[in-house]
Amino acid sequence: MTEIKVDVNEAACPLGEIRVDCKGQTCPVPLVETRKALRRAKPGDIVIVTGTHPSSMKEIPMAVEALGLELVSVEGVERDWTIRIRR
Amino acid sequence: MADKVTIVAHSGDMDKLYSALIIANGALSMGAEASICGTFGGLERLKKGGLEKGPLSKMHMLGLGKWMIRRRMRKQNVASLERMIQDFKELGGKILACDMTMDIMGISAEDLRQDLIEEYCSVGTYWMEARGSGVTLFI
Repeated sequence: MTEIKVDVNEAACPLGEIRVDCKGQTCPVPLVETRKALRRAKPGDIVIVTGTHPSSMKEIPMAVEALGLELVSVEGVERDWTIRIRR
Repeated sequence: MADKVTIVAHSGDMDKLYSALIIANGALSMGAEASICGTFGGLERLKKGGLEKGPLSKMHMLGLGKWMIRRRMRKQNVASLERMIQDFKELGGKILACDMTMDIMGISAEDLRQDLIEEYCSVGTYWMEARGSGVTLFI
């Protein structure tokens, strides 16, 4: 079977997406996993974090600000949210 | 003052070590620097196989209290200390081991998790870390 690989570094594929599933995880895992993903991401990549830990819904945007990155969106409710960040 | 936290991990109690690592990892996640200086009980936990061995600071009750708390922690999906310390290292955190404690307690470098430890040192190095830190904690 042929495996299809997408190279997100290629100019033809300008936007990479990194998904981080933190559903069911508690403090400090969502924050730490977000930071780890942002470190792996290339400039311009979008990191999409999903989670269910209430405080992280407001603290991840605080980290984004502290890191000087762009908060694209925060959607959902405290116990089921999706946050998009541009590196 | 620099965006940095320096924590003296003096206690080897499980709950206090959780506090130290959660604060340190939170700071690193927010883009700050973090150092943990292990001394006395805290250094004991850096021995090979020692990380999860700490008692509860209160209501340990010969291990019954710890067993109950750990059960609740598992239920709430709290990460292990091992995972937290690996995250700490991955995010660039520094662990310093107090060499005087090592002498007093008869701990050699071979007894310790050398994969985790950045430097073996004493109060001078702690001070150089702490003086440039916006936040310092003694746990």
